[in-house]
Order: sequence, then C-alpha cells, then structure tokens
Amino acid sequence: MHLIINHFGFLMQGVLYTLGLTAIGFVGALVLGTVLAVCRVGPITPLRVIGSAYVEFFRNIPLLSLLVLFIFGLPDAGVTIPLFASAAICLALSASAFACEAMRGGINSVSVGQAEAARAIGLSFAEVLRFVVLPQAFRAMVQPLVNVFIGVLLSSALAAAVGVAELTNRTQQLNLKYAEAVVCFLFAGAVYLLIALAGGTVGSRLERLLAIKR
Amino acid sequence: MSTANRVLFDAPGPRGRRRIKTMTVASVVVLAIIVAAALKQLGDHGQLQAYRWQAFTTVPYLRVLGEGLWGTLKATGMSAVLAFPLGALLALMRLSTRRPVRVLAVGYIEVFRSIPLLLLIYAFLLALPRYGVNLPVFWKLVVPIVMVMSAIIAEVVRAGILALDRGQSEAAEAIGFRYWQAMRLVILPQATRLVLPSLIAQLVTVLKESTLGYAVSYPELMKQGDFLTARTHLLFQTFVIVAVIYVVINFLLGRLAGWVERRLSRRPGGAGPRATQETQLANAPNAGLAPTA
Repeated sequence: MHLIINHFGFLMQGVLYTLGLTAIGFVGALVLGTVLAVCRVGPITPLRVIGSAYVEFFRNIPLLSLLVLFIFGLPDAGVTIPLFASAAICLALSASAFACEAMRGGINSVSVGQAEAARAIGLSFAEVLRFVVLPQAFRAMVQPLVNVFIGVLLSSALAAAVGVAELTNRTQQLNLKYAEAVVCFLFAGAVYLLIALAGGTVGSRLERLLAIKR
Repeated sequence: MSTANRVLFDAPGPRGRRRIKTMTVASVVVLAIIVAAALKQLGDHGQLQAYRWQAFTTVPYLRVLGEGLWGTLKATGMSAVLAFPLGALLALMRLSTRRPVRVLAVGYIEVFRSIPLLLLIYAFLLALPRYGVNLPVFWKLVVPIVMVMSAIIAEVVRAGILALDRGQSEAAEAIGFRYWQAMRLVILPQATRLVLPSLIAQLVTVLKESTLGYAVSYPELMKQGDFLTARTHLLFQTFVIVAVIYVVINFLLGRLAGWVERRLSRRPGGAGPRATQETQLANAPNAGLAPTA
C-alpha cells in the first residue's frame, strides 16, 4: 500500500495522461465521426464511398497495428509527430469509425415519415435537422456513444505498449522496480473502472434528459 | 442516389442535381490531390522503391509472416473456443433467479468490461509470476483475452435471450420442462441463432486483441513483424503488410457476419420473429462492446 502512497504523484500523472488521451481521442472521434456520418448519409457518391471505406478500414485495423505504423513507420516517410499526439490521433482515427456508425445508426433510427412530415409543413433542411431529426436521433445515439467512450478509455492503455507514460505504462514501470506488484494493478484497475463507471453514469443521465416526457 | 439516406433528402430537383454533380467532381479532385501528396511524400523518402516491397515475395519473409499468421489464428481460435461458452454461462448466471449468482455475474461482467486488456496482460506477465502463477506465453495472452471477451460475449448472449418472445419460455414451462431443459432445448438454440451474426462479429474483436501478443512476445503477426523489422529495417513496409492482412481478415469476418444475418432472417421461423430493440442491440455492429484493441 505504501508503494502507492509513495508514488502517488507519479501514478496520478499517469491518470492525467490517460484522461488526456481519452478526452482528446473521444472528442476527436466525435468531430471526425460527425463529418464521416454526414459524408455517409449525404447524396454525393464519392464522399459516401470514402466514408464507407474509411469506416471499414479503421474498424478492422487493430489499434496497436495503427499505433506502430504511426509512431515507428511515419518517421521513415519523413513525418515526425510527437509521441503523445500520435497516440491521441490514432485513438481518434480508429474511434471515429465507431462513432460514425453510432451516429448513422441514430439518424437511420428516425423514421422516414418524420422528415417527410417536417418537409411537408415547410421546414428547411437545417430546420428539419435541428427540430425534428437530430433531437430524435440523439436519443438513440447516447448509449452507443458511451460504448465508444469506454472503448477509447480502454484503448488508451495500448499507448503504453508504444511508450506513452500513461497509467498502464506507469503501473508496469513500478512493477519492474518493486516486488509489491498486485497492489499497483488493483489501483490501476480501480481507476479505469471508476472512469468507465463515471462515463456510463453521465451517459444514462443524458439519456434520461433526452427521453420523451409525456 | 437510390441508396442515399431517404430520411434527410427528397429526390433532388435540377438545381440540386447540378450541385451534387459539382460536389462530386470537387470531392474526387480533393481526394486525388491528397493521395498524390501522400504518394509523393513516401516516394521522396524512398519508401516506394521496388526492392523494399519485392522482398516480401520471397520465401523466408513469407515464412516469418506465415508463422505469425498461424500464431494469430491459434490464439484467436483458442480464445474464442473458451470465451464463447464461458460468456454464455455468464449470461445465464446474470439472468438467474438466485440473487448471489446474479450479483456475482454482474460484478464480473462490469469489472472485466471496464479494464483494459493490456493491464490484465501485464498483470499476468509481471505481477502473477511473483506469486507463483507463471503460465506459458501462449496462455499469458489467451487467458486475459478470455477473461475480457467472456464478459463481452455474456452481454451479447443476454441481449439475445431477452429478445426472445416470453411465450417461448412460458410454453416450455407449460409442457413441463425443467429450467435446464427449457434452456437447452428451447431458449438457447433460438437465442444463439439470434445472436450468431454478432458473435461472428465479435471474432473481429478477438482477432484485434490477439495483437497484444506483441506485449508478451508471443509470436503472432505483430510480433513476427517486429522480429522481421529488427533484421531488415523495412519497418514501414512490414507493418503496412501486416495491417493489410488484419484488415482483410476482419473485413471478411464482417462480411460473413452480414451474410449469416441475411440468411437467418430470410428463413421462415429463422432468426426471431421481429426485430425488437433488443435484437437490434444485439446485432448492432458493436453491440455493448467497446472497440478495445
């Protein structure tokens, strides 16, 4: 136990890194996912093709493979990005494919009649989106997006394997130095569990907030 | 256009069609510029030279990668074979009428769904050997994967069971089946059919998680790629090829899942009578699953 107390600052810095990776990765995934979802539901064929190809690729490539390519491969091609930034970018890239699917699922869950009715009463495209489609779509998106958030959190641990000093990495470092190993892992596990639970709680709050009140 | 989202758009009029045409051309041009820039960047740094890629058509290179692929498939297969039944068992436990059993299952599922696999693997690699638990390398990879995957599978199977019509279990009870008989003969076969596509899709997750063999030095595809680059310095090429192999296999698995889903839903009395919210949940591409690896 005193191991954790003695290295509390060290571990907390790791927690900060993990939170940072997760936050940047998730927000990046939301932004990129929105763009992709727009491409995929829009009427412009090349953009739809690019959108689906992107999603298929990044959903199917293992994150570790992407990280290694990005961090060790790109410098060979003359592109050098700082370690932390590369990890965050990779997280955002791969999670955006899942975020895009979550959003597309949400939009598709709104029945056609809703938008047709909205158009029939003379709402413009932006108004249709703002007042009719998106409010209903958001409701169906919340749970899948919470899953994406937890996915980003868990995936951020992979950055440890390529040398980003986040929580998992620091736990492992402490382990190599000291014998009192299990405590560190329990601590790290508890931190991840807490963050995931917090994400889940925010998600269900949001879901309740968006629910239809009759 | 016919496949475009009908929720958001009416069929475009003449002006709309013109705008779509301009945007089409513009997007193709932008894409071409991006691809050209990327290729130029790679070419300028000599990454496209033929010898750097031709090496991968020779037998020794192929053998190293082939061994890696075999290792990956072995780890994936073993993990799936162990995690699927364990997941089904956990799902049944979570639906049990006995409270302690239920609490146990919920606790297990929630914990292992929220812990990164790599942390677990490091625990097996670094911490547990000090307490006398020292598994062979293969199992240091497979056991953590099974622990995490069984929690994910449990949620998928549970969604399938909940999606079945209540009438099914009531009818089984009515003709005098005991709990296990009803489960074995009525509920589970139907639920399995219902979630089969998402179970196949979960194989993608298992395959992706097996890349963590890289961390335990188990010779799967990533580790073998690492081994190869240490000797050849063809790092970029090796890992592009490795990535392509993963993407192709996972893409095919995804296609298989889609095909199975279409087949089952075509059959009368096949995959469930109606698409309830639960089934959609079970069959969403990432049902209850975090895209972990």
